[in-house]
Amino acid sequence: MADHIDQPITVAGCRIRLMRGGSGAPLLFLHGGGGAGIWLPCMATLAKKFDVIAPEHPGFGASDTPPWLDTIADLANFYLDFLDELELSGVHLVGSSLGGWVAAELAVRNASRLASLTLIGAAGIHVDGVAQVDPFLSSEEQRIRDLFHDPDLAEAVIASSERPELEDAALKNRMMTAKLSWQPRNHDPQLRKWLHRIKLPTLLIWGEQDRLFPPAYAFAFQKLIPGSKVVVIPRCGHLPQVEQGDAFAAELETFIGGKRIAA
Amino acid sequence: MKIFNFHLMPYRHVDLDAIGRNGSAWVTFSNRHYDAQKGAGLYHEYLDQMELADRLGFDGVCLNEHHQTAYGMMPIPGVLAGALARSVKRAKLAVLGRALPLVNNPLVVAEEYAILDNLTRGRLIAGFVRGIGAEYHAMGINPAYSQERYAEAHDLIVRAWTEPGPFAYSGKHYQFRYVNPWPRPYQTPHPPIWIPSQGSGSTIRWAARMRYTYCQTLSPIAAVARFFQMYRDEAEKAGYQASPDQLAWSNTIYVAETDEKAVREARPHLEALMNYFLKMPTEMLLPPGYTDAASMKRVRAAKVTGKPQSIDDVIKNGVVIVGSPGTVREKLAEYQDLAGFNTSLTKTQFGTLPDDMARANMTAIAEEVLPHFRTRLPQGARREAAE
Repeated sequence: MADHIDQPITVAGCRIRLMRGGSGAPLLFLHGGGGAGIWLPCMATLAKKFDVIAPEHPGFGASDTPPWLDTIADLANFYLDFLDELELSGVHLVGSSLGGWVAAELAVRNASRLASLTLIGAAGIHVDGVAQVDPFLSSEEQRIRDLFHDPDLAEAVIASSERPELEDAALKNRMMTAKLSWQPRNHDPQLRKWLHRIKLPTLLIWGEQDRLFPPAYAFAFQKLIPGSKVVVIPRCGHLPQVEQGDAFAAELETFIGGKRIAA
Repeated sequence: MKIFNFHLMPYRHVDLDAIGRNGSAWVTFSNRHYDAQKGAGLYHEYLDQMELADRLGFDGVCLNEHHQTAYGMMPIPGVLAGALARSVKRAKLAVLGRALPLVNNPLVVAEEYAILDNLTRGRLIAGFVRGIGAEYHAMGINPAYSQERYAEAHDLIVRAWTEPGPFAYSGKHYQFRYVNPWPRPYQTPHPPIWIPSQGSGSTIRWAARMRYTYCQTLSPIAAVARFFQMYRDEAEKAGYQASPDQLAWSNTIYVAETDEKAVREARPHLEALMNYFLKMPTEMLLPPGYTDAASMKRVRAAKVTGKPQSIDDVIKNGVVIVGSPGTVREKLAEYQDLAGFNTSLTKTQFGTLPDDMARANMTAIAEEVLPHFRTRLPQGARREAAE
C-alpha cells in the first residue's frame, strides 16, 4: 500500500498538487525552486512519525498559476490560508531554499498554527561577501552539478532529468523561480528586520558544501532568529533532504523530539 | 527606399581571444578589457562616421542600446544622440534602443526623447525595445516582468506626450502623482515610434495594430520576408493596408570594387561580429520569463546559439550583402522586392572594421547604391511569386 497520496486540492481558490502521508503531528514541507518533485525517501521515513504534507506551490509543476502570484509574500499568505483551510495546528514547518524563504516569511507574519520552524539552505536574506553560484547563468547540467556535493549523484540526476515529459514543468518552475527571486536576487531586504519576531524553536539545516547558499547563510539566519540552532551536514550540497536524506530526517526528528521534551 | 547608417559602436579594439575564453562579450566579460584611451578614440571615430553619413546623403543615422558588453558601447544612447543632434544637420536621428523595461522611471525616456525631438526640430525617430535577455542579467530587472513593464511604460510615455499634464498615473509597475514632462515633443502628436524585434509574433501583431514601423533585426532574408508578411496580414486584420514605409530591415552592407575583394576585406571583421561580439550562451540570451514557454522550447530545440558562422553563410542566407556595387544593388533590390520593406537600416561599420575601411564603404554605398534606390519602391511581382 502506498504510504502517501498525490492528488490535487483547491486552497484559496487555487488548485495545487498535494502529497500527503503518515500520521502524527503535521509536518508541512515547502519545496525550493526546482518544484515539488517526488515523494522523497526522507519523507517516507518522516511519515512514520508525522503527518507529512508536501504541496507543490502555486505557479510550479502540476499546480495552477494564479494571477495574484508575484512575490514570496504572496506565497506566504497563501500558505497561511492553506493552514486555515486544512485546520492544521501545531505544525512543524520545514522549507528548503526558496521554500525556506516562504517559511520564514510566513513565520514572521503569523506563527499561531506553528510548533517549530526548520530552514534548509534557505533564501530570503543577503549576506555580503559570500561567493554564490548564479543558477540563472548556468547551463542545465551545470545547474544540477552545483546542487550536489557528490558528482556521481549529480550525473545520475542529470541523466534522469533528460526526459522530454519533464520539460514543461522544468520551464514553468524556472520561470516562476525567476519571477519570485530575480530581483532583489533571492532575498527581500525587508525580511531580516523582522526575523527576530520568530519565537518558535528554529532549526537551520545546511549542507556543508552548499554552493547556492553556503553555510555562512545559516549562521547569518542564526544571528537573526533568537535561539535558533545550526546543524551543518557534511558531504552535502544544497539539498540535504535529497543528498543526505537519512541524516536530514534524523536531525529533524531529534530537533522536534527534543522540542517536545522541552515543552 | 530610405537607407539609414546604423551603428552598433562595438569596442573594436577588443581582444577577441579574451572573449573566446570567457565564452561571451556580454555581462561576465570583464570591463578591465576596456581601455579608456582607445574607447574615447572610438566614440569620436564613430560619431565622425555618423556625421559623414549625414553629409554623404544617408537618409538617417541610427543608434541602439546594449548594456555591459563590448558588442556595443551605447548603454545610454541618448548621450550620443545628443552629441549628434546639432552636428547631423539633415538626416533623421533614430534611437533604436530605449529598452523600456530596464528603466524604473519611464518618464525619463519621455523626457529624453522629447529633448532630442526639440533639438533636431522634429528629426527624431523614437525606438521602443525590450532589450535582449542579457540586459536582464546586466541591469537587475526581472525578465518575468519584461512584457508587462514594456506595455505599461509604452502606454505611460505616449500618454505623457499626448495628454496635457499634469495627470496622475497608477499602474502595476509605475506610479506617479504628477505626470507633466517638460519639454513636450516637437513633432505632433509625437515622434514616429519604431519597434525593432527579433521576430516575436506578439510584437509584430502589436506593432501592426499600432501602425508603428517594425524593424527586423539580424535575420536571413527569407525569415525577414515571412515576418513582414505577418505584419501586413496583421494590418489587414486591423482594417488597413500596411505601407512598405512601415517595414525596416536591419542589415550589413559592404561594397568594394569586386565581389571577391569585398568578401576578402569584410571577412575577418564580419566573422568577428558573428562569432565573438554576438556570442552568448542560451541562458544569457533567454533568461526565464523573457519569452513564453513555447518560444523557449523552440529555441532550445533549435540550439540557435553557439555554432560558428562564416561570411559565406550569412551572404548566402541574405543576412548581409557583400560585393561589388552591381552585386549589392542587385541583391538589395531583390530583397526589397521579396520582403516588401522601404527602409534599410544598414551597418556600414561592423565588428572590428577599421575607420578607413568603414568610411570607404560608406562612401561607396553613397555613390554607387543610394542614388539607385532613392525613389525605388518594392516591386510586388517578386513577392507574390515568393508567396
